[in-house]
Amino acid sequence: MAKRALPEINAGSMADIAFLLLIFFLVTTTMDVDSGITRKLPPWTPPEEMPDTPPVKKKNIFTVLVNSSNQLLVEEDYMDIRDLRDATKQFLNNNGDGSCTYCQGAAKSIASSDNPQKAIVSLQNDRGTSYKMYIAVQNELAAAYNELREELAQRRYGKTFDDLSVEEQNEIKDAYPQVISEAEPVSLG
Amino acid sequence: MSKFRKKQGGETPAISTASLPDIVFMLLFFFMVTTVMREITLKVENAKPFATEIKKLERKSLVTYIYVGKPKAAYLSQVGAEPRIQLNDAFARVKELQQFVITEREAINEAERPLMTVSIKADGQVKMGLVTDIKQELRKANSLKINYSTRKGDVYED
Repeated sequence: MAKRALPEINAGSMADIAFLLLIFFLVTTTMDVDSGITRKLPPWTPPEEMPDTPPVKKKNIFTVLVNSSNQLLVEEDYMDIRDLRDATKQFLNNNGDGSCTYCQGAAKSIASSDNPQKAIVSLQNDRGTSYKMYIAVQNELAAAYNELREELAQRRYGKTFDDLSVEEQNEIKDAYPQVISEAEPVSLG
Repeated sequence: MSKFRKKQGGETPAISTASLPDIVFMLLFFFMVTTVMREITLKVENAKPFATEIKKLERKSLVTYIYVGKPKAAYLSQVGAEPRIQLNDAFARVKELQQFVITEREAINEAERPLMTVSIKADGQVKMGLVTDIKQELRKANSLKINYSTRKGDVYED
């Protein structure tokens, strides 16, 4: 049997086919990564089954109210959103009872929180508040916690929070536990 | 002498394009791997607010999206101008949310169900009343991990 040489396949158009596919993927691709503020909702309990919560001292609660015109009322005072971050940091870092050994620059005011473990941020908004404002407030509150944690991480380990190991991160998180309580919105007007 | 004469008749040689398909394939594979197909067509306006303290959402297969915003101009005549919820490809009511989330959760592998995250992609102009209703429905559906989808940027800007 005479062996016939196989004719060579012309691969000249391969590049064209690949280009075609490439352009298709270039057009359909969306490069945006999904990112956002992550929160955990409290489990649902019917109103009649609400358990009695132990009372919390008023000075340990940092009240933030947002009305339907997107104005802030923080601790019964009007406040600009730009000042919220520093006010929150000051409240969390107040160290009123002196038990917080790592709070630096604490004001130790008797009218503010005892220590970061007891400090609670209470957020309530109106049904008419815009989502944008709500996100801005959430962002500023989260930023206050993150900044305090970052500062502590720098002092304790000389590294940024993101560079720490998981145990070290948890230790820093326990030092400044993020407690943001959201009340159900009302019509404050 | 003949050695030198050879050169004079030469033209510029054609550049070999033999490696062109390889280069193109390389690019092609890059885009094939990184691409995320747009699964749905947005029917609502979706200008997400800005924030700085954001985390990236990992594991896209475990994320369920809820779009909230004013209907786009083409749908104004059908559903009106009030902000609406969009689930997959259709407008939905708040009451339908619970069922939707439960169905989505059933579709996920049982071991990974607790990791499911609901991403709320709401327009900045939406009022909190609607967002709160959504959150209450999510609580009832026991889907507690949520993510407020935002863009990275300054929060103070108007």
